[in-house]
Amino acid sequence: MSVSKRILADEGKPYSKARKIGNVLKNWITNPYNVIVLISIILLFALVVSPLLDMIVTTFKVGPKDASRAKAPVGELTLYYWQRLFNSMISKNMLYKPLGHSLLIAACVASLSVVLGGVFAWLMVRSDIPGKKWFSLGIVIPYMIPSWIQAMAWIAIFKTPAIGGNPGFLSYLNIVPPDWLSYGPVAIIIVLTIHYYAYAYILISGALSSINSEMEEMGEMLGASKMLILRKITFPLVMPAALSAFILIFSKSIGTFSVPAYLGLKVGYYTISTMLYNMIGQQQTAIAYGISLILISIAAILILANQLIIGKRKSFATIGGKGTRSNPIPLGKSKAPICVVLVVFILTCVLMPMVLLFIQSLMLKLGDFSLSNLTLHYWIGEGISDIYSGYPGIFRNPMFYKCLANSFKIVIVASILATLTGQIIGYIVSRGRGTFSGHLVEQLAFIPYLIPSIAFGAMYLSLFSVEKSVTIFGQKIVLFPALYGTYALLFLVSIVKNMPFSSRSGSANMLQISTELEEAGRIKGAGFMYRLRKIILPLSRSGFLSGFLLIFVAVFKELDLIVLLVSPETQTLPFLTYSFMNNNYEQLADASAVLMFLIVFFVYWFSSKIFKTDLTKSM
Amino acid sequence: MSRIELKHIDKYYGKNHVLKDINLVAEDGDFLTLLGPSGCGKTTTLRVVAGLENPQGGDIFLDGKNIVNAKENYFEEPGKRGMDLVFQSYALWPHMTVYDNVAFGLVVKKTPKDEIRSKVMNALERMRIAEYAKRYPSELSGGQQQRVAIARSIVSNSKILLLDEPLSNLDAKLRIEMRSEIKRLHHDLGTTILYVTHDQVEALTMSTKIAIFFDGCLEQVAPPMELYQNPASLKVADFIGNPKINFIDATAKKNAEGTITVTSPMGTFEAKKELLVGIDELPGQFDAILGIRPEKLTIQTEPADDAIKGTVYSVQPAGSETIITLKIGDSTILVKDLGIKNFDMDQTVYVRYSHEKANVFHKESGKLIKKVILD
Repeated sequence: MSVSKRILADEGKPYSKARKIGNVLKNWITNPYNVIVLISIILLFALVVSPLLDMIVTTFKVGPKDASRAKAPVGELTLYYWQRLFNSMISKNMLYKPLGHSLLIAACVASLSVVLGGVFAWLMVRSDIPGKKWFSLGIVIPYMIPSWIQAMAWIAIFKTPAIGGNPGFLSYLNIVPPDWLSYGPVAIIIVLTIHYYAYAYILISGALSSINSEMEEMGEMLGASKMLILRKITFPLVMPAALSAFILIFSKSIGTFSVPAYLGLKVGYYTISTMLYNMIGQQQTAIAYGISLILISIAAILILANQLIIGKRKSFATIGGKGTRSNPIPLGKSKAPICVVLVVFILTCVLMPMVLLFIQSLMLKLGDFSLSNLTLHYWIGEGISDIYSGYPGIFRNPMFYKCLANSFKIVIVASILATLTGQIIGYIVSRGRGTFSGHLVEQLAFIPYLIPSIAFGAMYLSLFSVEKSVTIFGQKIVLFPALYGTYALLFLVSIVKNMPFSSRSGSANMLQISTELEEAGRIKGAGFMYRLRKIILPLSRSGFLSGFLLIFVAVFKELDLIVLLVSPETQTLPFLTYSFMNNNYEQLADASAVLMFLIVFFVYWFSSKIFKTDLTKSM
Repeated sequence: MSRIELKHIDKYYGKNHVLKDINLVAEDGDFLTLLGPSGCGKTTTLRVVAGLENPQGGDIFLDGKNIVNAKENYFEEPGKRGMDLVFQSYALWPHMTVYDNVAFGLVVKKTPKDEIRSKVMNALERMRIAEYAKRYPSELSGGQQQRVAIARSIVSNSKILLLDEPLSNLDAKLRIEMRSEIKRLHHDLGTTILYVTHDQVEALTMSTKIAIFFDGCLEQVAPPMELYQNPASLKVADFIGNPKINFIDATAKKNAEGTITVTSPMGTFEAKKELLVGIDELPGQFDAILGIRPEKLTIQTEPADDAIKGTVYSVQPAGSETIITLKIGDSTILVKDLGIKNFDMDQTVYVRYSHEKANVFHKESGKLIKKVILD
């Protein structure tokens, strides 16, 4: 912008109000910060707040199919759906029972995970256990594997002829597991715990390693026993982290869909998330949205409560952040048995599931573990009409390639766009620190974290299933186009749902770039876009890449978020695996799950090797 | 020609009033130093001049052109003001080589390549860092980075050069070296310089003019030696000078001839009319404070008519000078003596000073009422 275009006030000219107003407007418009903030706020409102509102409105309006039952015309305000949900003949089966199941599962998973994660954290951080490097890697691997793959492995082991049709591994060994162990709440709780304990481990070990070991040594010098020190000193100090892990795992597992779907639906054991999916399937949209809102409220309240607790007691977590020289506590005689237990745990929970899934994918007939039964049919075989309706092996199945291509398409587009928006939001948050706009953008970008994936999918289904427009002065303006069945919807939902992570990594990245580097460019006359191109983006490149990889893995293994939104055209690899499982094409599902695991593991390995990224940060 | 004038500049951060009605002029070729304790508003003033902060009130004129008009919300873009800034942190772009750092501003202005090359090499040679052109900032020492930052600011021949505590990150030896370098640079380029520092020695040794800030207010603007010898207030007198100026409680009485008589433990003297300022509004008799610089006092062991008796409290010889603490009555007095002197503790000594070399301040307002004759 040149000087001549500006309204100039030269010395001696009298004050002019018109010039002032002109300048105020020009200053506002030409300040790039304001423009990005405005666009971000509009977009965040449209993509985060409005779907939520839309969902709420839907539950209070009579839908097209329910006019006669609700005894009101279509579109009328009604409490029909909420009444049906909370107080009707079917409330018990539709809401209270699944909700009870979900709460039970969440409570058990959260407590078991915190105990297991806490013990591992103490062993890894505090004790003198050998081989810490390998153990700590083994301990977090379960969190890298999508939980639905773990559920598949569970089925492969515990399936009994009574329910699953073919015998599982244990049945083959003539150890017939009881039905309650194969499917249902116990199975769901164990599988979710094996997945989420790693999350508790990450949080608690972080807190433990920030505690100065001198505090424990002081106790020792005063003559306290190891147990007493643990109980009176160590435990209270990690309490905030453990509590926070409990709450976060609770809220994550209450909304999880895939594991209860794999392990519960076969025996008619519904949780709130599988019921929600069921309702959408039955076209009972308003009821499904009502269930989603209940789910969102529980998760949101828990997460906000967690922030309150963390906020109040965070002084605990930073104790002795400087110069911690921790003296490991000797395990003494119990060292060897503990090591053995750990090795067995990692073998059975990490290695065995994957190996078993792989072996099962090689078995022509399920349940027959003899060598002669091994085949590559489900990997590369041509379709034979009497096996699985003539489905060929995954590498000969055009559907598989299509889903693989879809997955990569969605993952690449969504991760690039999500990282880019994350950087921009990060820029606003870091540069607008202490201002209202910066705070507002930060809060809006955080909202998706409060909403369980399946409910988030339901929200987007509600908003984008039909075109929404307003007519102003006879002109139709499309606010939300009908995107159902398009890739655009999957891109959008993946970008927005991952916004809390991408914007957090973006703002961490931007905070590292001193504002003076930008100001030095301003002084030299470089405009905003020029500074962005020549200074900010080159300096944020490494943060950009690690942010990209975080989102990449998260989107790639996602099933809960998109399960309501995919159409036959836009299926992804996790969805294909899920449909193979639903059709009992187990070996095909196993083959594609093993492949998925290899891809995810490769990306983790690649990013930690090349970019030194700590991917545990995204969890 | 580059003259910069600040008129009635007011700046708030929220409710915090950080610049209070600042009026300041730097004439063409001035080396104007903004001096003050940390948090006094000197860096903010510099950033307002650069255009990195916008004031809520006041005007700035650059060579008569209005570049800031807060009342009309007009603020010229920083890049269009024709100024250059050296940041305290240097703010070198770590992903660019020294050459690219220095060339950046010229590239933005789409200068032809040949011209960029000659200008950049010229600036680098000027700062004696031409051999590092291809290095990255992280491969240079602190002093070399400082030279790059200065080279970057002089390459486009800006009208005004702004320097924000540029030497504060250097060690003592390098700081003295860079001080003379910058002073020489100012002489060679003839550019108007605005220089921010909290180091009074830097300010006194380099500037043509010093503007001293306290708490967002401009306290005094004067050439360094005038500031040192005739500080406008007790605050300025206390801030400038090391060791600190001696303050002695006194009473002053106005005389019919327009002179005043000052009485204190340091004796009684009559101050000449032509050295007095702003005493018309003061009452006939008032409390005053006598200000005497430690080096203006001389010590002798023998009594004399105009010498005041005191006892030695402590002695600090430092080779080139000796600082002696004396007790005179209830007052503690510092004396700076060039050369090595030794006295016993509690020894009785006699101090002399020239009344013409003593400042007198009005105690209540803190204002200077009697100047000294400048050396």
